Parts: sequence; structure tokens; C-alpha cells
Amino acid sequence: MMKEFKGRIVAPGTVTAPALVSHGGLNTLASFQKALQFGDKKATCGDQNNPDLYGKEMLGKALCLPQTIGSTTGGLVLYCACAMGRQPACMLFSNPIDSLAAAGSILASVWLEGVNMPVVDSLGDEFLNYVKDGMSITIKEDGTVVVEN
Amino acid sequence: MFLTDEQQAILNGSKGETMAKVMKTLVMYGETFGADKMVPVTSEYNHLVTSFGLKMMTPVFDLMQQLIDAGAVSGQKFSVDPRPLDKNVPANFLQNIIFNVAMYAKQDSYEKQLNELGLMNEDAFTCACYLDQVGNKPKKGDVLSWAESSAVVYANSVLGARCNRNSGIMDIMGSIAGFVPHFGLLTDEGRKASWIIKVETTKKPEAQLLGSAIGMKVMEDVPYITGMEKWLGTELNDDNCAYLKDFGAATASNGAVGLYHIAGLTPEAQELGESLVLENAQVYVIDDAELQRVQDNYPVIWKNPDAKPKLCFVGCPHMSLQQLINWTEAVEEGLKASGNKKVQIPTVFTTAPAVKKAFEQTEYAERLKATGVILSYICPLMYMNNPLAGKMPVITCSNKLRTYTTARYYTEAQILEKITKGGN
Repeated sequence: MMKEFKGRIVAPGTVTAPALVSHGGLNTLASFQKALQFGDKKATCGDQNNPDLYGKEMLGKALCLPQTIGSTTGGLVLYCACAMGRQPACMLFSNPIDSLAAAGSILASVWLEGVNMPVVDSLGDEFLNYVKDGMSITIKEDGTVVVEN
Repeated sequence: MFLTDEQQAILNGSKGETMAKVMKTLVMYGETFGADKMVPVTSEYNHLVTSFGLKMMTPVFDLMQQLIDAGAVSGQKFSVDPRPLDKNVPANFLQNIIFNVAMYAKQDSYEKQLNELGLMNEDAFTCACYLDQVGNKPKKGDVLSWAESSAVVYANSVLGARCNRNSGIMDIMGSIAGFVPHFGLLTDEGRKASWIIKVETTKKPEAQLLGSAIGMKVMEDVPYITGMEKWLGTELNDDNCAYLKDFGAATASNGAVGLYHIAGLTPEAQELGESLVLENAQVYVIDDAELQRVQDNYPVIWKNPDAKPKLCFVGCPHMSLQQLINWTEAVEEGLKASGNKKVQIPTVFTTAPAVKKAFEQTEYAERLKATGVILSYICPLMYMNNPLAGKMPVITCSNKLRTYTTARYYTEAQILEKITKGGN
């Protein structure tokens, strides 16, 4: 089965990766801090308050989420994850992107060389209800998100 | 987005490559959120969220150095979040090694960078920079380029300043450029509420529990909160400001709230009333049972959930002078009632360096010391941000600390009882 969703391109790029889904807001600091600080190359999520992601590897995944929440270090944490090569393959937001995730994505794109982390937002609630962990996600050049079972 | 000739020239490189990148960052930030223009930053001081010399943040320190080397430094001085270390706070041998060698080895070099970038003074390390003793208190209507979620929500809601929930690094970019993109909480429309919160509790709700419930429900939306007049009245006095500081920190960390209005109390709610509420706003009713449900659902991730607490933190965000005085009296009374002379769990109160100095000028400082409570300026969150902390049963009445660490949350009354009576 295959289903397509259309959103807004925040950071361009194409990629195919397995889905990792958070139905609640992603607390960027709580999710990444231990992994970045203590050399976890797979970026295991450390947020105890996120039952969808806690203990799961975020590196190279198509991270599907409503938005990010929490500390305003969020953007710089995402920037550090990108600089250290520990970022998700892409980020797919069902809501319009929030200011912290946007900052992380923009900072990486302006200040880092060679980072590819496509970001698409406004994919809608239906996207987040449909996508499940492990489904194959492809982002096309025009921002179309293809979800395959 | 409309750019002035000067802004366009900077973007094109008139002030060098680094300033062009600063401008490009701000333009992309604004365009993502549909900003129509840039507006000048009007506050006297900025506030940065990044105060800690964590090794994992090396990419940030490299970026800061690029700014310094290029002379891309703000004319606006700033305060910054708390220091992560204080030798007065209990730590064992292993923790000290991890703190000083593995984690915060870059603290000294980063503080040197902060000084070069425009740190206000050596005491300007606090998340509660708006406290009177610290001196970074924006005026109503000021446009800010701040980060630190608890400070942003306080500045917007209690002081009536205008600031988006900027990320770290983005905070300094706006200050260097001298302007920020005009969107979101900088606009009248963006400050309107899409939620009505009806507080129907039978007693004054715990600030950090109420904030948590609201944050988890509304996420980044603006709530208009009713039903608080009988608990808080209509005056922004010291007690209410402290309550709102703690309440806001919980809304911002458990959710992503950047602004709230409290009917009859916060400045814009006093001025504009229910005209701040958008049509078709959603409604969330909070009663005693709802607050209990929220507290009961917090996960406990201690290895042994029945462990005796080994440390207690109060003061995330940093405590005000009046809170320190109130807590001193409460701890004294609790100890007297339980027949103990010292707190039964090692306890640390945290506050801004400038507030700590002011407190130490009062009679309460010696009285607090006599109870065994340690007074520090650190960030409890940064103290607990290490692998050993997960094995350490820490308790707190801070919902922000609970959110980011393994600390277990209790209400202030519960914390007081635990530290003065002892037991699990």
C-alpha cells in the first residue's frame, strides 16, 4: 500500500528512510541531550515523557511528529546533532513547524556545510494518524511525502 | 518579506560574509513564519539560553568564535542562563570527574567567549534575569531577541514585552543584527488566545502542576485563563509574580507556551479582557481531579521507585528573594513540627547570584543555613544532565526539572514534608 501526502517544504531535499513516529510533541533537548553528550552514535531518544520514542534510535530515521516542544535550546541541540552527523534523515511535521525546530533546520542549512536533512511541515493530522514506525518514507523533490507499507 | 535598503545590503555582503550569514539566518527564519518585515530590538538587554560549556556543544562554540572573529558582536549586553557547576552542591568523587572532565570541560573557554560577546556582568547567570536584583527587566511593548523558554513566557505574559520563542543561537543573531523578523508573538494577532482555560479547583492550584496541565494540552497555543482571580487577585505583587514565574516555566517546558493571559491579572488581559480570545477558541476545564490525573500520570523512572531520596532541588526556575524568605520560614516551621533540627534529605535551593547576594544581606540567610539547606546559583537541570543522575533518586517541585531529567515531581507541600520529616 502506498499513500501520498502534500506539505510545505521548509528545507529542500530528497530522501528515503524508515519512519519513526511521535504522536506527542518532540522535546528536542530531552530527546537528544544524552545521546549527543555521551557519544551515542545512533542518537537513542532519552525523553522519558515520550512513550513513542523513548529508547528508540533516531539516527537516519524519517522522524514524523506534530511539532517540537520544550527548552529553547531545542534549535541549537538540533544544530549540534546535524554538525555531529546524528540527525534524523528528515523531519516531517503534521503541524506548521515551530520556531525551535525551524531554527535548528535553518542554522544547519546556513552555517554547516553538506548537511542534508529535508524538512516538510503542514502534512496534516491524517499523515500522523496513518504513518507507523518502520513504514518506508520517501520525500520527492516537490515535497510530496510517499508512505509505503 | 520587506527588507530596508540597509538590511538588503547586509544580506548582500556589505558588512562581510559573516554578517551576511547572520542576516540570511534571520530572513529564512522570518520567511518560514510569514514575517512581513524586520522590526528593531528595543530592549536594553538581551538574554541567551546557552550558559554551559558542554562538550556536545562544540559546534555552537565554533559558531560563536566565527562571530567574534568577524567582529559580529552585539552592542546590546546580555544575561545568560545559570552556570552548571557549584562546588557547594553535593557531588561524589565520580560525579566531580564526570562534571569537570567529561561534561563541562569547556566552561572556562565558553565564559571567555560570553565576555567577548557582551555578558552584562559576572553575576548575570540566571534563567530568571527579570528579577529586580538582576536588572534585565524589559518594559511593556519592548521587542526582544531572547531565548530561554521560562524567561520568554514571563517577559511576554507578565511584563507585556514581545518575543518569540527563539532558539539558542537565534537569540544572539537578532541582537547582533539589531532587528528580528516580525511574526507570531510580536504581532497583535499572534498574541490572541485560541484556548480558554477554566480553572475550577477548590483550592489555589499548585503553580507548576497547573502550568504542566495547560502546557500539555495547548502545546504552543496561547491560553486565556479564567477562574484565577479568587486565588491570585488582580495585582502583580511579589507573590503573584513568583507564582507566574513557576507556572509559566511549566507551561513552556511541558508544552511550548510562549504567552498566556490570566483574566484580570496579566497586563494585556487587564487592558483588553476577553477581546483577546479568538472566535471558536477551544475550552479546557481544570478541576482538582484533572490536576490529580496529571500528577498521577508522570512516569517514575527511578531504578527503585521506592528509593529514599538522596537529593532535593527547589528553584527551577531560580527562586525570587521573597520565595527564599517564604521557604526559609516554611522549612523552619516544618522542622519544628517534626522535631528535627536539620533537613532530612540533602536539599539545594537555587537562585540568581544577585538574588543570593541580596538574600545573604538578610537575617534569613543564617536561618536557612541553620536548617541545613544549601543555597546555590547553579542550574539543577545541568547538574542532573549526566548518566549518574539516573541512578540517583532526586526529588523536586519543579515540573521543568521533572520534564528534562529523572527527578521525581512532588508538590511544594509534599516536598516540604519530605525534607523536614524524612522518609520516602
